[in-house]
Amino acid sequence: MSDEILDEITSSDYKYGFTTDIESDTVPPGLSEEVIRMISAKKNEPEWMLEWRLDAYKTWLTMEEPEWANVNYPKPDFQAISYYSAPKRKPELESLDEVDPELLRTFERLGISLDEQKRLSGVAMDVVVDSISVATTFKKTLAERGIIFCSMSEAIQEHPELVRKYLGTVVPKRDNFYAALNSAVFTDGSFCYIPKGVRCPMELSTYFRINEAGTGQFERTLLVAEEGSYVSYLEGCTAPQRDENQLHAAVVELIALDHAEIKYSTVQNWYPGDAEGKGGVFNFVTKRGICEHSAKISWTQVETGSAVTWKYPSCILKGDNSIGEFYSVAVTNKYQQADTGTKMIHLGKNTKSTIISKGISAGHSQNSYRGLVRVGARAENARNFSQCDSLLMGDLCGAHTFPYIEAQHATAQIEHEATTSKIGEDQIFYCNQRGIGTEEAIALIVNGYCKEVLNQLPMEFAVEAQKLLEVSLEGSVG
Amino acid sequence: MIQIKNLHARVEDKEILKGINLEIGAGEVHAIMGPNGSGKSTLSSVIAGREDYEVTQGQVYFDGEDLLDLDPEERAHKGIFLSFQYPVEIPGVTVSNFIKTAINESRKARGQEPMEAREMLAKMREKTALLEMDKSYLSRSLNEGFSGGEKKRNEIFQMAMLEPKLAILDETDSGLDIDALRIVAGGVNKLRNENNAIVVITHYQRLLDYIEPDFVHVLYNGRIVKSGTKELALELEEKGYDWIKAENA
Repeated sequence: MSDEILDEITSSDYKYGFTTDIESDTVPPGLSEEVIRMISAKKNEPEWMLEWRLDAYKTWLTMEEPEWANVNYPKPDFQAISYYSAPKRKPELESLDEVDPELLRTFERLGISLDEQKRLSGVAMDVVVDSISVATTFKKTLAERGIIFCSMSEAIQEHPELVRKYLGTVVPKRDNFYAALNSAVFTDGSFCYIPKGVRCPMELSTYFRINEAGTGQFERTLLVAEEGSYVSYLEGCTAPQRDENQLHAAVVELIALDHAEIKYSTVQNWYPGDAEGKGGVFNFVTKRGICEHSAKISWTQVETGSAVTWKYPSCILKGDNSIGEFYSVAVTNKYQQADTGTKMIHLGKNTKSTIISKGISAGHSQNSYRGLVRVGARAENARNFSQCDSLLMGDLCGAHTFPYIEAQHATAQIEHEATTSKIGEDQIFYCNQRGIGTEEAIALIVNGYCKEVLNQLPMEFAVEAQKLLEVSLEGSVG
Repeated sequence: MIQIKNLHARVEDKEILKGINLEIGAGEVHAIMGPNGSGKSTLSSVIAGREDYEVTQGQVYFDGEDLLDLDPEERAHKGIFLSFQYPVEIPGVTVSNFIKTAINESRKARGQEPMEAREMLAKMREKTALLEMDKSYLSRSLNEGFSGGEKKRNEIFQMAMLEPKLAILDETDSGLDIDALRIVAGGVNKLRNENNAIVVITHYQRLLDYIEPDFVHVLYNGRIVKSGTKELALELEEKGYDWIKAENA
C-alpha cells in the first residue's frame, strides 16, 4: 500500500499552478549599482534609502552564499534575475472595483476572494503581487486607532522617520548573504506600526504572490509594536507553476517594545517543483523579532511549499520577562528540501521560550529541524521547552533534527523532546474499518499530529492551513 | 446476513484459514472460540478487509453481495464493524472528531447529508451514558493514554454510534476487569436487536456469561471443528482445548 501512496503523492499536481496575464514593467536581468539606483529611482525613494541599499550591496559583494544548511540546490545566477517587476498600471485604489479584473480572477482561483475576505472575516489585506501593493483595505478602521498598515514603499514615503529608526535594527544589512541581498534590492513588502497601548482590532493579513517569470521577489516586512500594544499578523502565499527556479529572499523584522505582543502567522505554499524535482521556489528567508521588557513574540508557520526552504524565525529575548514562541508545521513532499527551525536567544532575566516543531516528510523529500537555544550570561532563570516531532510517510524521505543548546547561566532550564514516527498501516486500517477512506484518514492523522500548531493559528487561517495540508498530501492514498 | 463458504486465507506463505463455513442470520449472536493461533483473529481481519491477508479460496457474501471485492471502508459503509483486539492510538484526534468523521463518511457513501451537530451531540451523550463513560472521553485523543479497559469501552462506544448490521468483537473481554466487563457486555446486550448480528470472538467462557450466544463454534487449526449452542462453551470450559486438540489430532 505505501508504494501506491508514494506514487500518488508524487504525481499529485500543484493545484495553484497558473499564471496571470498582467502587463508588467520589468527591469532587465542583472544586479549592479546601476540597477539598485534604478529601483530606488523608480520608487522615488529619498537619498538615505538609496545610500542604505548601496551600502548593503557593497557588503553583499564581499559575502558568500552559506553552505551549512542541509539542502542541495543549484546556486542561483544572480545576474540572471530581474530585480524589479511591477504591474504597469499602478492604481491608487479606493475600492475593489478598481482592481485589475484579471488579478481578481487570480485570487478567486486561489480561493482568496478579496471581497469575501473583506465581508466575512474582517481581515484587512495588503496584497502584494509582484513586489507592488495594489490593494489595501480597511485602512480607515486602522487609521482611526493610529495603526499604520501599508506597503513598504508607501511607508518610506509617508513615514520615513519610523522606517529609518527601525529598518535593519533586528536583521542588520550584513546579517547574512540573503539578508544583505534583500537589503540592497527589496522592492516592496509590508509595514505595520501599532501605537502605544493599542490592541489591533483585526488580523492583519498579506497575501504574497510571485507572478513574473524569472522575477526574484525580495520582500521586506517591518512590524513595530509600541509599548503595551498587540497585533496578530497573517502572511500567506501561493505561487504559479514555473519551470525555472524562482528565488525568494525575504526579510521580516519584528519589534515588540515593553509589554507588547506580536503574533505572526504564516501559511506558505509556493510551488515545490514537479514530480521529478524540477522547478520550484527557493525560499531563503530571514525572520527575526526582538522582545523588550515583558514583551512576547509568537511565530506560527505552516510550510508546505518551495523546492528549497531555509528559514529560522527567531526571537531575541532582550528584555527581562520576555517570551518567545515558535510553532511550526513543515511538510515536504516529492523532492522538496526544508531546513527550518528557530533561534531563541535569551538575554534578559526570567525569559521563556517554547518551540513546537512538527515535520512531515513524504516522497523523496528531506526535512530538517535546526534550532538554537542560547542562554546568555545575564539571563538568570531562563527557561526553554522544545519539542521536535517528525512524521515519515514512506521509505524514501528523510527527517533530521539539529538542536543546538548554548547555556551560559547555571540557572537555565532547557528541555528538549523529540519523536519520530510513521503513519502506520494499522492506523489507516483502523480508520478504514470505521468507514473513513485512506485519503481522509491521512488528513485526519496529519491534522491530529499538527494540532498543537494549528491551534495557534487564528480560526479562518487554521481552516485554510488544514486544507493546505490535505492538498499537499493529497493522493497520498492506496 | 453473512455467508462464509469454504474460506481459505493466508498471510505471506502461511495458510491460516483452511476452509471456513459459517452462516449468520439477522438477530443472531455467534461465539467463536478456540485456542491461540487457531485463526480467530484472521477470520475477523479477512471479513473486515485487512490487506495483509490473502484470500486464496472461497467466498464471503454480505446481504447477498460479494464482500471480498470491497475495500475495508466500503464494507464499513455496508454495516460491518470490527471491535479491535488492539485498538490503535491516533494522537491529536479526539474521540468525538473521529466518530463524527466516521459517521459522516458512511452517510456520504450512502448519499446522505452529514448528521446535524445537535443530533450528533445528543447521540454521543446517549451512548456515553449507555457505557457509563464520562463525557470527558469525547475530548481525549483517540486511545492515547487509554487503559486497556478504556480502549475496549471506546470500541463499543463507536459500535453504539455507528449501529452496524454485523459487529465482530475480537477478544473484547481481554484486558477488562470484572466491572468493566459487565458494563461493556451490558452495552452490547442493549445494542442487540432482530436486525443486527454479533460475532463474539473469545478464549474464555467468561464473556458468554454476560453476552449469551445463540450459537458457539470452535475454531481449530483454521477450521470450525465443532458447532453447538451455549452449552458447548460450558463444555469447553470444563474440558479445556486439549479435548478439541485430541479429537482433531
